[in-house]
Amino acid sequence: MSFITANWNPLGEAFYRKSELYEMSWNLKDGLRDCLVSAAPYGGPIALLREPHRRSPSSRPQLEIYSASGVSIASFPWKSGPVVHLGWTVNDELLCVQEDGSVLIYDLFGSFKRHFSMGQEVVQSQVLEAKVFHSPYGTGVAIVTGSSRFILATNIDDLKLRRLPEVPGLQGKPSCWVVLNQDRQTKVLLSNGPELYILDNTSCTVVCPPGLGPQAGSIVHMSVSFSYKYLALFTDCGHLWTGPSHLQDKMSEVDTKKSTPPKEMVWCRRPKSQQPSVVLMWERLLMVVGVCQDTIQFPIEDQCVLVGELDGVRIISSTNQELLQEVPLVCQDIFKIASMAPGALLLEAHREYEKSSQKADEYLREIKEQSMLGEAVRQCVDAAGHEYDTNTQKSLMRAASFGKCFLTDFSPDPFVSTCRELRVLNAVREISVGLPLTHTQFKQLTLQVLIDRLVYRQFYPLAIEMCRYLKIPDYQGVSRVLKHWASCKVQQKDLSDEAIARAVCVKVGDSPGVSYSHIAAKAYECGRTELAIKLLDFEARSGEQVPLLLKMKRSQLALSKAVESGDTDLVYTVVTYLKNEMNRGDFFMTLRNQPVALSLYRQFCKLQETETLKDLYNQDDDHQELANYYVTASYREKRLENRLSLLQSAVDEYNKAKNEFSAKATEEEMRLLRFQRKLDDEKGAGLLELSLQATMEALLALGLHKQAEQLYKDFRVPDKRYWWLKLKSLAEKEEWEELEKFSKSKKSPIGYLAFVEVCMKSNNKYEAKKYVSKVTPEQRVKAHLAVSDLEGAVDAAIERKNESEMGAVLSRCSASDRLLIDRLNRARPSTAKK
Amino acid sequence: MAHSSRRDCPELPDFSLLKRLARDQLIYLLEQLPGKKDLFIEADLMSPLDRIANVSILKQHEVDKLYKVEYKPVVSTSDQLCFLIRPRIQTVKWICDVANADKAVGRFRRYKIIFTPQKFFACEAVLEEQGIFGEVTTDEWSFYLLPLDEDVISLELPEFFRDNFLAGDQRWVRTAGSALHLLHSLYGPFSKVYGIGRCSKMAYESWREQVEQGEQRARQAEIGKVFLIDRDVDFVTPLCSQVVYEGLVDDIFRIKCGCVEFGPDVTSSDKSLKVMLNSQDKVFNEIRNEHFSNVFGFLSQKARNLQSAYDKRRGMDIKQMKSFVSEELKGLKQEHRLLSLHIGASESIMKKKTKQDFQELLKTEHSLLEGFEIRESISFLEEHISRQVSMMESLRLLCLLSITENGLLPKDYRSLKAQYLQSYGADHLLTFANLKQLGLLVEQPTGETLTVMESKVGKLVNDKTAGKLSDAFSSLAKKSNFRALSRKLNLVPKSDEEYDLRVPRDMAYIFSGAYVPLSCKLVEQVLERDGWTGLEEVTRLLNGHEFAVTGSGGADSKSDAQRIILVMFLGGCTFSEISALRFLGRERGYKFIVVTTAITNSSRLIESLLGNRA
Repeated sequence: MSFITANWNPLGEAFYRKSELYEMSWNLKDGLRDCLVSAAPYGGPIALLREPHRRSPSSRPQLEIYSASGVSIASFPWKSGPVVHLGWTVNDELLCVQEDGSVLIYDLFGSFKRHFSMGQEVVQSQVLEAKVFHSPYGTGVAIVTGSSRFILATNIDDLKLRRLPEVPGLQGKPSCWVVLNQDRQTKVLLSNGPELYILDNTSCTVVCPPGLGPQAGSIVHMSVSFSYKYLALFTDCGHLWTGPSHLQDKMSEVDTKKSTPPKEMVWCRRPKSQQPSVVLMWERLLMVVGVCQDTIQFPIEDQCVLVGELDGVRIISSTNQELLQEVPLVCQDIFKIASMAPGALLLEAHREYEKSSQKADEYLREIKEQSMLGEAVRQCVDAAGHEYDTNTQKSLMRAASFGKCFLTDFSPDPFVSTCRELRVLNAVREISVGLPLTHTQFKQLTLQVLIDRLVYRQFYPLAIEMCRYLKIPDYQGVSRVLKHWASCKVQQKDLSDEAIARAVCVKVGDSPGVSYSHIAAKAYECGRTELAIKLLDFEARSGEQVPLLLKMKRSQLALSKAVESGDTDLVYTVVTYLKNEMNRGDFFMTLRNQPVALSLYRQFCKLQETETLKDLYNQDDDHQELANYYVTASYREKRLENRLSLLQSAVDEYNKAKNEFSAKATEEEMRLLRFQRKLDDEKGAGLLELSLQATMEALLALGLHKQAEQLYKDFRVPDKRYWWLKLKSLAEKEEWEELEKFSKSKKSPIGYLAFVEVCMKSNNKYEAKKYVSKVTPEQRVKAHLAVSDLEGAVDAAIERKNESEMGAVLSRCSASDRLLIDRLNRARPSTAKK
Repeated sequence: MAHSSRRDCPELPDFSLLKRLARDQLIYLLEQLPGKKDLFIEADLMSPLDRIANVSILKQHEVDKLYKVEYKPVVSTSDQLCFLIRPRIQTVKWICDVANADKAVGRFRRYKIIFTPQKFFACEAVLEEQGIFGEVTTDEWSFYLLPLDEDVISLELPEFFRDNFLAGDQRWVRTAGSALHLLHSLYGPFSKVYGIGRCSKMAYESWREQVEQGEQRARQAEIGKVFLIDRDVDFVTPLCSQVVYEGLVDDIFRIKCGCVEFGPDVTSSDKSLKVMLNSQDKVFNEIRNEHFSNVFGFLSQKARNLQSAYDKRRGMDIKQMKSFVSEELKGLKQEHRLLSLHIGASESIMKKKTKQDFQELLKTEHSLLEGFEIRESISFLEEHISRQVSMMESLRLLCLLSITENGLLPKDYRSLKAQYLQSYGADHLLTFANLKQLGLLVEQPTGETLTVMESKVGKLVNDKTAGKLSDAFSSLAKKSNFRALSRKLNLVPKSDEEYDLRVPRDMAYIFSGAYVPLSCKLVEQVLERDGWTGLEEVTRLLNGHEFAVTGSGGADSKSDAQRIILVMFLGGCTFSEISALRFLGRERGYKFIVVTTAITNSSRLIESLLGNRA
């Protein structure tokens, strides 16, 4: 513990430390010599291609994939063409750029995913060099061809090849180049002899790094920082120039006194870096060159690979892996020898406390006097996050927890979350998992992505443990992991369908958010239809099962599931599918067993395919509906003949349906139509489309009494209605004589009060009065009142000795009708007595 | 409100949130089509849209011109056309025609269809069939719920009734489920859900499914219980003439989307006037639930109060006068204007409804409900047809007669139908087919026919299925069982007692004391019993499909929210039913929120079932 600063090296005012992450579990016979190596950032996997250039057909190079800790994940002989470059995408997929410009994509487990080409012209000219780079748009590939042209693909998932303009005077490949990301544009910076160029989509511009004199020599190596913000250039005289990547400024220039270009050169900085530096590697030397011109030198024995990270550089050798980084300020404060920072004092206080020494109190007092206890706790918590050694983490957290006891209103959240995150980080750093993430990287990567990566590496139990431990809602956590697990499980070829289905069901159960249909789809993709159907049975939401069932051609089952789901859209999808898939007869038969689907299809046919509707009814022998269909169709017909023939079909169908009433009604309708047509032809009466009643009304209005009479008899119109009709019609035309004649033609079936009221409606009191006497005694009072004959009403009422009628009359009397009121009042007791 | 409400009545949740959500989404969708565009709006969406976003809001989001969808070629000159429509095949076909016509003349435009509240696969299938699927972008405006008033929310889907109950097309069920889901996620969790009817059950299941799929958040419930009811559980109530003020106004003037257009006879000027009818209108708010016979008395009292408020200004000094003018006068003027409108409306109603015909009509309705003097009612009906009083009214009475009497005698059935066909056209054959299918107008089964069928089928299959089949047959016959239900639930109060309409005793007041609406009675009973226990006989008579489920959020049964009850009518509800529920709420200390697929009444109900080509 006291030697925590043992591996610290001062660089300017800051310190750099190199700490071991792993002893690599791999056993490489020849080290990393003659290998094409690529390691992904964020503790990603390492790909290794041995002796890529040996082209004898008898010995194929071996492609090996390891976790960051050197655990072998995959290994297979490389059977494709010669590989120029290896690189990893942001999703941990391996890109192998071949000499002929094709790029092969493999997943973490070495299974081939797909490939694409960098263009036809490359096949001829060959790829000289390639680089894989990351940008906000995803993972990109850049190549330089044998004809000295640069070709870029900014995002391999949305492939658009861009051929950059020619570089004047460039023969073969440039001495060095990098890909830059500036102002949302991808550019290439390259050096050719003494010149430095920037290539963008349209132009090739000569640039000159400010402050780099011609005496410094030409640039032979360059490197851009993790964030694309800074650039380091190495000249053939051993000068290292650093500055921002837009080349408007200079940070420093250091003479390394080395004449050979380094094998690798990587920026080493961290967010809020105090003392950024560039790490250069030669055959046996690793040199950290600070922007402050200070340097640290480490001898190295073995061939190494440098991996630039967000907050440091990983150094991978054949035996171990180290992390070189600037010591975070807060760690410096605490661990620097003789530091008086509050965190350092608190750590000391806790140490004394553990030893049961009263010095603990003195230290505490000292911090409290400066009222820095809160700050001290914060420092300890922060520092713990940055430490890799679990013992150091523990002692810092204990100190923090100790200090926290003396604070009253200190939010425990940062403490708690750091504790949790450290546990997670320690778990994934385990050699068997091999994700050496720092706290800063973890924050940048986010927890979601970390879980994804674990799932991708098939560490399902760990991922689930983590989700549960961090209390991530099931939807984003456990369920998601289970879903991936199950999708992977169904691909296990050595297990029976039965066993897999059972295993999946036991594990997944009914976790929310895990869709069995999704898992089943995966199974179907792998050609295991039976398994897919078994899995679908577990799916609770029947709607989810439908698309897959259709895909698997289980259309009948799909239809019944769709109906079960209650989602009509789904039913309709299946119906449309079936319609195209089956012959008409089978299709109708299928529908017949599914009334919901059938009615849905009928609705559609009513609007879109009326002919089909007819076929549907026909198929079902549904004569009633078929008849209704003909009736509806008849309205759409303009020509009478067609209409009549449709109605005749309707009559036939009604008869078949044993619906005599409708058959008769339709026959009558046909008769009426013929009659109307005849009269329209003869008299131009305009009767077509009218109902029987309206026809008679029209005839009467036209004075065609005989024809109206004929209809009345032919269609057996009830007397009452005919009388009402005629009465109203005559009154309307004010043919009072005719009306009187009509009233006397026989005894009115509607009584005579109707006559009175209709006359009054036409404001003809004189005529109305004629009928009052004919009204039945029960309605006489009403009749008198209707013609406003109060006196008559009083007489009638008294005669009838009816209390309520007298009341009715009374209510119509006004004050001036004194006499009548008296008479009524006198009559009332007499009725009451009875 | 004229009646004093219980003091502990809970507060209603704020439903204006629904409008805000809908508006924000619409704006978002409009912005998805940047630049100037012409907007075509389906005719029946005009009024609901107006409640959500007025013209100026639309213009702010680069809507250039507004058109109503009229199924005619478009005259727009804009390069971008946006269609805001219901998911109807007919409308989509028209849009295809528009696009194809443009194509034929080589005109290039961008088309965007916004379906509301959701799109249907069938619509997209039409786009595909007509070959313009790739040229049109489609979107969904999930505008499920329009708050018409503080306690009434409508889905504004009148076709729900016909599609679902007549055509057996269940496409809207999911929409209802989604609407419920929306309410649940904003105002839930519900502690209890009751329901009756097939469609209710399906809507409930659709909702449950959506709840399970989504994430659940614990929140304070604002609505406690939910009651779902299918319109076909109770056809009697919407078929009766409405006599409560709001219902009457709807029957006569037709309230559309919470707004009514009063003609010159009401406004006593030469102009028509559109008036919003809701609780903001203080005068209306006090009379909407009143039996019409009380309305005049109330209005004249109101007029006197108003007069005395005006009279206050006499004897005021300048200062008082100043404050009177600035503070009270505006309110008084407003009230004055509203009062004169409602008096005008009432007069107009009086003219139409106090005539003897109407009184006799009501009397007939009441005797149908009571089951007395059925022959007289039939003669009345016959005369009604003979005198050609009204096509709709005759049909309505026919249906009422059939439901209350469990079908018509074969002789009456035929003769009345024949009369009707002769009077109003043989094309009503289809109307009758529709009414029969819904069980609204049927022939009394002669008894033998069914049993013969049953025994025939019974021979073919085993006993168990035969039992099921006879169940199926009895539901096929669609008995309304009204008489038995009426006895069980005591729907028709004894007629010998005098009913004082000014002091209502029960919900029957909305039908002049003659009938307690079945739908509302069911709500009352189920809430009282906290479920269907003890109502087994009733549910059997109603063909079952009842359910009562305890939800997740039953946290605090004592909280106010538990007395806020959402009643959802699938297939529409009438203003009378809303009034009845308001009355029930006042009596029992509940607050009811009515959600309906649309506001309906007898004419809308019957119109939706007409089969003729009117």
